[in-house]
Amino acid sequence: MSVFDIIGPIMIGPSSSHTAGAVKLGNLARNVIGHTPDHAEILLHGSFARTYKGHGTDLALVAGLLGMRPDDERIPQAFHIAAGSGMQFDIVEGDLGNVHPNSARFSLSWQNTSAIVEGSSVGGGAVVLTAVDGFSLEYSGNSHALLVFHLDRPGSVAAVTGVLAASMLNIGAMRVSRREKGSEALMLIEVDQEIPSSVVAKVSSLEYVRRVIYFAPLEDDN
Amino acid sequence: MLTSIEHMVKAASRQHCKVSDVVLEYEVLTSGRPRDRIVEKMHKRLSIMLLSIEKGKRLTERSPTGLSGGDAARLLSHSPVQDMLSEVLARAIAVAEYNAAMGKIVAAPTAGSAGVLPAVLSVIAEHFGATEEDTVMSLFTAAGIGMVISYRATLAGAEGGCQAECGSASAMAAGAAVELAGGDPEQVSWAVASALSAQLGLVCDPVGGLVEVPCIQRNGYAGAIALSALYLSLAGVKSHIPADEVIDAMYAVGKALPESLRETATGGLAATPTGVAIATRCTGCHPR
Repeated sequence: MSVFDIIGPIMIGPSSSHTAGAVKLGNLARNVIGHTPDHAEILLHGSFARTYKGHGTDLALVAGLLGMRPDDERIPQAFHIAAGSGMQFDIVEGDLGNVHPNSARFSLSWQNTSAIVEGSSVGGGAVVLTAVDGFSLEYSGNSHALLVFHLDRPGSVAAVTGVLAASMLNIGAMRVSRREKGSEALMLIEVDQEIPSSVVAKVSSLEYVRRVIYFAPLEDDN
Repeated sequence: MLTSIEHMVKAASRQHCKVSDVVLEYEVLTSGRPRDRIVEKMHKRLSIMLLSIEKGKRLTERSPTGLSGGDAARLLSHSPVQDMLSEVLARAIAVAEYNAAMGKIVAAPTAGSAGVLPAVLSVIAEHFGATEEDTVMSLFTAAGIGMVISYRATLAGAEGGCQAECGSASAMAAGAAVELAGGDPEQVSWAVASALSAQLGLVCDPVGGLVEVPCIQRNGYAGAIALSALYLSLAGVKSHIPADEVIDAMYAVGKALPESLRETATGGLAATPTGVAIATRCTGCHPR
């Protein structure tokens, strides 16, 4: 724990979970498609759905999708900025089932890409990415991480970790999930260092690998 | 990990330094970052705190819900007495109102209690003629106190009620202010103990689940209690129960609070007929 966990973060109010955390969820969702989406449907669950207007949660989520950070003073104008950036969005209230009360689901599209991303704001501005395109995962946004969508074949995990090992990248945590045996699977690999784009490209070019998403830590140094 | 107010105070007394020096040393050791960089980062936080006071004072618009805004300005122009207390109240409320209006603040320790430290420290710094550098250092004292509370208890209203948020902010502000005013490390711990003692049992009951009613005024009261604790401590009034034990008691009390009084907006003021009516009215209001 750092003194800046106590005196901080610097953020746009009013709530660390419903505003600052919501911005970070938007950042994580944006990272999945790597761009400001053309269209976003944002579904709000639980306490997010009940209190989003008073906490500016809707503005914060949109601001996050636009790439703003939790201390960006343009967050209150996020809707206007979205319009200027050509991003259309809908805010809907719904039920995501048995998930954390502060949760949202983003259905994003950009050109030919689309993604469905779910996450929760778990308190004090901390967030967890909980699902991408139907695969469940658990990523806090605090580490360098690769999301690797691949075919569930023998050797695919070894091939990916082999590339990382050859680049001297140390794996701190790893989880593999799949929807059904032999079909598409997802690896979440958290490493200790920044991952060079050449390494990301090398992993992307592996047989059985369909798509790779790189997450840099959300922590900023303000 | 800073786990005890007593340890911090003893370390400071042993080394003939301030509590803030002990906390800064801890940060240097654990983060591996250069001292200058850490102090500079804290300085930036103080600057944003002071800016949020000024912005909040000038706030004339209501918050997005229409529930708050303008009370700090009201206090500044119509308070019956203009003194340190009226200034602490006005500044704490200013920051809390600015927070509700989606202004930029420093969570200290939380966004909902962000008004307490800026208000108390800026007023004390002015009164005792402390430098900006001293004020930055006092934020390390506040952080150290907050870390101990976070370790032994909690800083989250959802876990411990308002005593864990505004109560902790008040204890942090009281201790930091005593150091800023020239008190010794022992007196810092007395102020922490007495400020937190004064708020034991305070429930978290936000109307409509929003950080406005009663949170904004509670920031003012938490500041006023911190100021009172400073008076007591600097006068040599000791706390009978040591700070660490008060913190442990705060946690035990928080655990004993029913869920309705821990930020769920289902008890306390949130459950009063007027509280419920405000919440109902507010769900539909979306002035943007």
